[in-house]
Amino acid sequence: MGSLGMIIGTWLAGFLTLAILSFLYKDNPFYKLAEHLYVGVSAGYWLIYVAFFDVEPMLVTPFMEETGVEKWILIVPAALGVIMLSRWFPKTAWLSRWPIAFTVGVGAGLGITANLQGYVVPQVQATLLPMTGFNLVSLNNLILVVGVVTTILYFYFSKAHKGVLGVTAKIGIVFIMVSFGASFGYTLMARISLLIGRLYFLLSDLLRVID
Amino acid sequence: MDKGARRSFWEVMDDMDRRIIFLILLVVVTLPLIISVGGEIPPTAPVISAHESVEALEAGDYLMVSIDFDATSAPELMPMLRSVLRQAFAKDVKVIMLGHIAIGLPLGHTALEQVAAEYDAEYGVDYVNLGYRPGYIAVMIAMGREIEDIFGTDYQGTPIRDMEVTRDIHSYADIDLLFGFEHGAVIDYWVRYAQARFNQKMTFGTTAVMAPDAYPYLQSGQIEGLIGGLKGAAEYETLIGQPGLGTRGMPAQQWGHLLVIGFIVLGNLGYYFTKGKRKRSGETA
Repeated sequence: MGSLGMIIGTWLAGFLTLAILSFLYKDNPFYKLAEHLYVGVSAGYWLIYVAFFDVEPMLVTPFMEETGVEKWILIVPAALGVIMLSRWFPKTAWLSRWPIAFTVGVGAGLGITANLQGYVVPQVQATLLPMTGFNLVSLNNLILVVGVVTTILYFYFSKAHKGVLGVTAKIGIVFIMVSFGASFGYTLMARISLLIGRLYFLLSDLLRVID
Repeated sequence: MDKGARRSFWEVMDDMDRRIIFLILLVVVTLPLIISVGGEIPPTAPVISAHESVEALEAGDYLMVSIDFDATSAPELMPMLRSVLRQAFAKDVKVIMLGHIAIGLPLGHTALEQVAAEYDAEYGVDYVNLGYRPGYIAVMIAMGREIEDIFGTDYQGTPIRDMEVTRDIHSYADIDLLFGFEHGAVIDYWVRYAQARFNQKMTFGTTAVMAPDAYPYLQSGQIEGLIGGLKGAAEYETLIGQPGLGTRGMPAQQWGHLLVIGFIVLGNLGYYFTKGKRKRSGETA
């Protein structure tokens, strides 16, 4: 039975893969079917996951088992969650601003310290590099420092990009373009990798042409 | 441009039907998968560092594996996940899996079960899957205090204190290395909350798209190592001596890249050589 389930699952996955890839030729009902199926299954999956991995263990079970303040404090997040649903009704939609305000406030508070502590300070530290002697390490460090400084200067818009600022901004844009090129190259690699993954599945699991 | 008139080679290159490009790409990527098995891929420094971070673990140490991807990135991240798990189980390292992308966690669990079976590892003793909890920032911060507060049970509902593998695990202080598999911004949160606040040692495997964003963390020393995309996965397979889909896919990847480079060059030359004709016929670029 398990084996039959695997066979059916593999053929279904193969059909859905081809249905999605058929969009490359043009839009068609098979693509639409696969797309809608994906959206529906994903939504259902999320619902089950949130119910069993969040609401049940984090809210329902503790509410049944805890006593005292720890039990009743759970009403606050539960109420905020329910209030969020008020967006469905125009007359009460304003209520949803409370949980949104709570989320934004907590997010901003955590984000400011985290960005300073975990991003800005370590990245600035990583830019303060030694340049001692004529060697490849010093050259590498020099390129990195020049790249950081000129790129930041490119985004300085309070003064016209003329003279020294104009030259540094032009150097900065060269670094930005190199960065875009690297990102594009990596993106291309990622997309071809995804194609390889699907083709490998079709050739190996479905058609058994390769091991 | 008169579509009925016979077009020159450069006009065809300048205005090729994209479906022809897709078809050629399909052939160029498929053939190497069928006729070539792929050779060893020389590892690069970031991948060697990633490998060394796991290699430094000793038997009984704890490796936390975070599944932060779903099916859309599985072809890139599953090969590297399998390699890291193989390396960990071969060293008798305890594996604790969790995830911040609910829809992708079953993929991680499948790989965990497959690799654990290869090494006769026992669930609850050698490895565990804690599952998913929403709100990754809250989860990451809470785990710095007490893991049980946020993951009281594993994905099946078994209390973590009832399992040997998690009985004495309380916070990041008990985790020797965190290895995240990332297809999105969760890597930023791991670094900014778990690394910066709690000094958690961490290494990442990312999709190729995410790799450029992750390199600054490697350069600054905030992360131990980095595996980027399918090529990174192939390099890691070389390092552990067990070729997989990463290695198998490299010839196809290489030919796919050469084709795209060829089309970029031909397309630009086509645009350049037909510029005069477009001007004469009054077409805009």
